[in-house]
Amino acid sequence: MTTTTDGVFERQDDFESTGDPIHRTRKTAMWVWLGSEAFFFGAMISTFLLYRHATNGGPGAEIFNIPFTSASSFVLLMSSLTMVLADHAFQRSDQRQGRIWLIGTALLGLTFIAGQIFEFSEFVHEGLKISTSPFGSSFYMLTGFHGLHVAGGVLMLTMLIAFSLRGRLSSDHGMNVELVALYWHFVDIVWIVIFTVVYLLQI
Amino acid sequence: MTMTASNEDLGYTPSTKGLWSWITTIDHKRIGILYAVSSLVFFIVGGLEALLIRTQLATPNGTVLSADAYNQLFTMHGLTMVFAVVMPIAAAFQNYFVPLMVGARDVAFPRLNAFAYWLFLMSVILLTSSFFLGGSPDGAWTGYAPLSTEIQEYVRMDYYSIGAQLLGIASLASSVNFVATIFTMRAPGMTLMRVPVFVCMTVVTSFLLIFSLPVIGVGLWQIFFDRNFGALFYEAQAAGDPLLWQHLFWIFGHPEVYVLILPAMGIVSEILPVFSRKPLFGYSFVVFSGIAIGFLGFGVWAHHMFTAGMGPVAEAGFGLATMLIAIPTGVKIFNWIGTMWGGRITFATPMLFSIGFIAMFVIGGLSGVTHAIIPADTQQHDSYYVVAHFHYVLFGGAVFGYVAAAYYWFPKWTGKMLSETIGKWHFWLMFAGFNLTFAPQHILGLDGMPRRTYRYGEGMGWDVWNMMSTIGSYLIAISFLFFIWNVIVSYRKGKVAGNDPWDGRTLEWTTTSPPPVHNFDQIPVVHHLDDFWYRKYGVDEEGRSVKLPPELVPPPDVVVEEHGIHMPSPSFYPIVSAIGIAILGAGLVFISSGPIGIAILAVGAVIALWGLVGWAAEPVTRGGH
Repeated sequence: MTTTTDGVFERQDDFESTGDPIHRTRKTAMWVWLGSEAFFFGAMISTFLLYRHATNGGPGAEIFNIPFTSASSFVLLMSSLTMVLADHAFQRSDQRQGRIWLIGTALLGLTFIAGQIFEFSEFVHEGLKISTSPFGSSFYMLTGFHGLHVAGGVLMLTMLIAFSLRGRLSSDHGMNVELVALYWHFVDIVWIVIFTVVYLLQI
Repeated sequence: MTMTASNEDLGYTPSTKGLWSWITTIDHKRIGILYAVSSLVFFIVGGLEALLIRTQLATPNGTVLSADAYNQLFTMHGLTMVFAVVMPIAAAFQNYFVPLMVGARDVAFPRLNAFAYWLFLMSVILLTSSFFLGGSPDGAWTGYAPLSTEIQEYVRMDYYSIGAQLLGIASLASSVNFVATIFTMRAPGMTLMRVPVFVCMTVVTSFLLIFSLPVIGVGLWQIFFDRNFGALFYEAQAAGDPLLWQHLFWIFGHPEVYVLILPAMGIVSEILPVFSRKPLFGYSFVVFSGIAIGFLGFGVWAHHMFTAGMGPVAEAGFGLATMLIAIPTGVKIFNWIGTMWGGRITFATPMLFSIGFIAMFVIGGLSGVTHAIIPADTQQHDSYYVVAHFHYVLFGGAVFGYVAAAYYWFPKWTGKMLSETIGKWHFWLMFAGFNLTFAPQHILGLDGMPRRTYRYGEGMGWDVWNMMSTIGSYLIAISFLFFIWNVIVSYRKGKVAGNDPWDGRTLEWTTTSPPPVHNFDQIPVVHHLDDFWYRKYGVDEEGRSVKLPPELVPPPDVVVEEHGIHMPSPSFYPIVSAIGIAILGAGLVFISSGPIGIAILAVGAVIALWGLVGWAAEPVTRGGH
């Protein structure tokens, strides 16, 4: 609470405020940055839609293995659940349980990445490379950058786990569970869009 | 507990001497100064590039430059001026003054702020080093595919794709920072409709960058993948579509031109009221027209592509949207004129440059509207008419605005006034030189002289106009020598400024010149737009506002902070991260050259990871508590 000489004065809020002001500032920044990320993926999805039939004589959308990618999509979605549980545990100050859920989230993320590597190697085997066609270029760029975002998320989760083990997970650090959770959910949501537009619709 | 802050209250005593203190600084004011100095240095680089271009074109069949050198120079001139001069000078003023104007102690994320600066600097160094290491980008700042993707023997356009990419990341970091600062860290009572217009334009600019940079980011990666990994995004023979690049580029490129001009418009909206001694005419109109320009700026990109063959419906739509932008822009111009109307105007140097801004921007704006008329644009496309147009808005507009800001805010930066005499020489030389350089280019363009060609034949009737233009460009260069001279002389023995030399209206004038590390001993509470002015002025019996004697000026209401002032500690992780990412970028530039590229990339990745992990693990404040 901040007070002024002429009485009690509350800092005015343009945004929903929870707790400490630095927290609010960090969350605002994270939302804004995710807005930017949405445009990044939007531009790549647009490129893919433009080139979905530009197969240049190589394989097209028939190459996708829908059951396999459905399974790995399910894994990624479940990681959002574990992330929520981790966030909740840390809000209750239950560091031990929070760590377990963080580890679970990171492992699910790694499983998804492993699935993507397997999928890519299968596709290359079947003749779809980045240099095969505009379809291939835009497919690998879109899903590859998404995979890199998941990998970045796993790196942040690993750091959170390490900080928590050393008892340094406090609001003094710029990186905290709530922000990483926001990022992680965003990356998940982007995958839902990619999975729908690229794999399922095949328009 | 009330306290007057001294350094002991800050939890640490920041060293302000020596190179190390600059390298590790996270003070928004010092970062602002770093941006300003870098911008001035690169302005000299970009200016020399321009002088070489103009020297080559002074006479028909110029022999100063080869076609190859010319291509590199005009490309680098564009990239330097946009990314290394105008954007950072805007960032300099935003960094220094946004926290001061909103009554904050620093930006939201001081280390991110330092990172953005260092990454900007390293990226520009990477881009400029291309002159010596493999050749500079030579496909224009627009980098149109397939020109940018097909010639893969040289790394030139790799410098372009990676350099611009990294600069984008730097701008993105600083934009997110400004939005968070302005939305969540304003002084109590400063509602969004009480912020200075400059702050408001910073928000609009930041959002433009936040939503446009990722789009060009995708395009730049596509060029990079086409060049280095055999991707086929822009390979027409494989049904890739080079037109996609034009769309991605201009979805960024058009908002980008507003990114360059809107902060200058904000600055002019600050300066005109001070030197007209009147409030800004129609504050809310100026604010909302700025926001309208921001929104419309995303809907007009294809007016750069009227000759690309998009079809009449798309062309008509984009033509109309482009004309629509003239409305909020016109609103601003009339508000500025309305601010001056009936005011007690003093023609100090900042005011002269601001008025110059308005006049030159009107000319540039009007020639811009002629581009919205599609048949006319088809004639003007790729001619010197376009060069004249965008120099009138970007030099006559933006640069005049930023120079006005330099004269206006230099006293706050240094505590010394810039010399008015030299300032007036600077203004009139620059004004004359600018018009002499770019006005003839309208005629050259309408007469058919194409841009981006390194020479022209005799007997085209272009000789006189080109010679005028070249003489003008040297006049501009001389005018900036006056500016540099002014800065050096005034910094050494200029008139002492005091806190409030111009009788200002905004919060930065309430603190000392230069401000202390923590900006304000006590955070003020704001009750009005132009709160400072309302405290300094009372109303006499006839309703006229009169200046109160200093002893009668009431002190501001202030926030009482219970825990004292905690300023964040210096950190060297931002610069480590930035150097790492820039080396990583250099590795990407040379990735096709085999193991050497991969080795550089690996070294960069390790350094970047060290910097980022160390940064995340480091507490915001050390010591103190």
